[in-house]
Amino acid sequence: MKKDNKAVMALLNYGIIVAFLLMIVIFSIASRNFLTTNTAFTILKQVSITGIISIGMTLVLLTGGIDLSVGSIAGVTAVTAAICLKNYELPIPLTCIIALLLAIVYGALSGFCVTKMNMPPFIATLGVQTSLRGLAYIVTGGLPVYGFTKAFSRFAATSLFGIPLQVLLAVLLFVVFIIILTKTTFGRYLYGVGGNEEASRLSGVNVTTIKVMAYSISGFLSGIAGLVLLSKTSSGQPSSGGGYEMDAITAAVIGGVSLSGGEGRLSMVIIGVLLMGTLQTGMIMCGINDYVQQLVKGMVLIAAVAYSQFSQKIRNRMAAAS
Amino acid sequence: MEDAILKVQDICKYYPGVKALDSVSFEVKRGEVHAICGENGAGKSTFIKILTGAIEPTSGTITFNGKTYEKLNPKQSMELGISVIYQEFSLVPYLTVAENIFYGREIKKGIFRDVNAMEERARELCREMGVELDVRRRVCDLGVAYQQIVEILKAVSRNTEFIIMDEPTAPLTIKETEVFFKIIEKLKKEKVTIIFISHRLEEVFELCDRASVFCDGKYVVTKEVEDLNKKQLIAYMVGRELSDDYPVPSREIGETILKAEGLTNKRVKNVSFELKKGEILGFGGLVGAGRTELVRALYGADPIQAGEITLMGKPYHPKSPRSGLNAGIGLIPEDRKAQGVVLSLPIRENIVYSILKKVSRFFFIDKKKEKDCVEGYIGDLNIKTPSAEQLVKNLSGGNQQKVVLAKAMATNCEILIFDEPTRGIDVGAKQEIYGLMCRLAEAGKSVIMISSEMPELLGMSDRILVMSNGMIAGELDRSEYSQARVLEMASSQL
Repeated sequence: MKKDNKAVMALLNYGIIVAFLLMIVIFSIASRNFLTTNTAFTILKQVSITGIISIGMTLVLLTGGIDLSVGSIAGVTAVTAAICLKNYELPIPLTCIIALLLAIVYGALSGFCVTKMNMPPFIATLGVQTSLRGLAYIVTGGLPVYGFTKAFSRFAATSLFGIPLQVLLAVLLFVVFIIILTKTTFGRYLYGVGGNEEASRLSGVNVTTIKVMAYSISGFLSGIAGLVLLSKTSSGQPSSGGGYEMDAITAAVIGGVSLSGGEGRLSMVIIGVLLMGTLQTGMIMCGINDYVQQLVKGMVLIAAVAYSQFSQKIRNRMAAAS
Repeated sequence: MEDAILKVQDICKYYPGVKALDSVSFEVKRGEVHAICGENGAGKSTFIKILTGAIEPTSGTITFNGKTYEKLNPKQSMELGISVIYQEFSLVPYLTVAENIFYGREIKKGIFRDVNAMEERARELCREMGVELDVRRRVCDLGVAYQQIVEILKAVSRNTEFIIMDEPTAPLTIKETEVFFKIIEKLKKEKVTIIFISHRLEEVFELCDRASVFCDGKYVVTKEVEDLNKKQLIAYMVGRELSDDYPVPSREIGETILKAEGLTNKRVKNVSFELKKGEILGFGGLVGAGRTELVRALYGADPIQAGEITLMGKPYHPKSPRSGLNAGIGLIPEDRKAQGVVLSLPIRENIVYSILKKVSRFFFIDKKKEKDCVEGYIGDLNIKTPSAEQLVKNLSGGNQQKVVLAKAMATNCEILIFDEPTRGIDVGAKQEIYGLMCRLAEAGKSVIMISSEMPELLGMSDRILVMSNGMIAGELDRSEYSQARVLEMASSQL
């Protein structure tokens, strides 16, 4: 009985890795060119941007919130940087600092609405999402901003030891935040606040600060994603980053992050990110059309949430039995 | 009139280690208002839950309207016409009075709700009950008393002959209570049977025909109210001798460590008291008397509107729980699961949650320091678990409570506040917690204990302050302790 329980637990905890490997096998059979290093790099490059965003999303989800503004923050950061470079010809480091500081402010704004104004995170960040998208269109007049210094595009085109810089950046950020979540007081408080806000408050934790920090970091990381995107496309599109929130939420949920907060591991979110990227690239290589892809992605999110609810139920039952 | 609508026989309800109800048998006559009296924890709520089908009795039978049942489920209970009116309302705030009365059983015309018919029927009901009420008003715009009345109308509209009222007057002002009493008189005339539960004993004498008394899960007696006086009733409720399973105090009480003067906020009115070093100060009173609110204010969890606190000779202005902790006050809150622990985290992370900075270097948690601290408390408090990594949600209530205690003790505070420290935990763990409180006091810490369990309050405290309606109703020294005195003071300001 005990042994069975352990096997079930392991399957619940790591089932997603099995699903990921299974998907690779299926695509490898369906498309001859799928299982190559070339494809692997395509996928990694593609997921590095949503990967960076999903880190911040995970932090916010852990507090029991949700951040729908990430895509808009990425977009508005990209056009802000493009304008700084083109219209004001600011140096690249200064441009990045300005754009990222603004990204932090947008995140902090969501955090402020959620804590001080007591707004539901879904609504607060939906409002910020829509406003920032509007802002991106206003400052660009709805037109893409391009023709700035080529030096900015160098980042996305460069590799180190054969690995694209943007992939290394994403890996670095994952490592840093895994350490923050598992080893620091801030990480501990994130889990505590999401697990039981009132108990946290009564334990002397400054819940407001923790939440505002989570949203601010989410804004900051979305900003970084926006800069990577700009470097990749060499053009500041006001519509860029749309839909990133869905990809990030799906990746986090696939990785086992609880939508009610307090539970989830960032290391598993990496699998979620890779799974989403593999699915998309695999579908493209198998010639599945855009509209079907969208349908599949939506269904994956629903399936992931259903799976997480189901596994929670099994876990509770097993805990009650023991 | 003389036949019994409800007859219970040998009803028992056992939980592991606790007899919540022990062989209860009595009858309720058709058309009477029957009071059930008893202290907190006497088994009144358990009894009601068995009647409404919320829980199953371990043994015994319920005979309702001549039919005998082993147990009831909620649907059966409703079909039998048993209605309950709780202190918390089950109304939908943004619907009108009429809509609420017919909620879930709307009168329909085709597929649409027939609002006119519902309002007409609701108005009729109000007339029958002699209530003046605009049935088109939203429930959230009504006062508490009228909300209560809507609940009753809702029950009456279902042709209920049997209504259970659980502390219906607790949230009402005196004037509102009068309105409420008139309704009950009307119901009485309509031959509706009412089970009435109230801590306000005056109401029992004013409203009820007969009263049954529960004590420690046992049925004591049923008496005609006419043949009773308040003293006798309290004597029945108290019933038992104090058992001597409380540690004998052998501590020295020092000088004043905390002094509160005129503390006032939403639920606390002008409270002044002193706490001395090394003493266990008990707070008695009814549920909702403002005890929890008072200690939360001391701790910094609730705002204080007026008053002064002096802590160790210095003025103290708590702003947040952090300021309470920094000043050396620890709180073990009343609701363990909602306020005490983070269920989804392991024991280790819960115990060091309030002192994370102390076991960290810069922002990084020092695993070794953390482990030493946690292992120490698991041993000291005898927390029964295979390892410190066990999630708190998998622990028993008693062990969860010990985790909360360990968390508070880890802050090394001088004053520890226990809010209902043994609620819902088994006898063994209770004894351990009592022992621990005494050890703390002997070590020179000061303990404030809120308890609604009379034996615990009288057995543990060096001194008792009784609160009633947000105020301090009186103070008792060990020589003056009696359950009757505490009960009397507890209802003195209502």
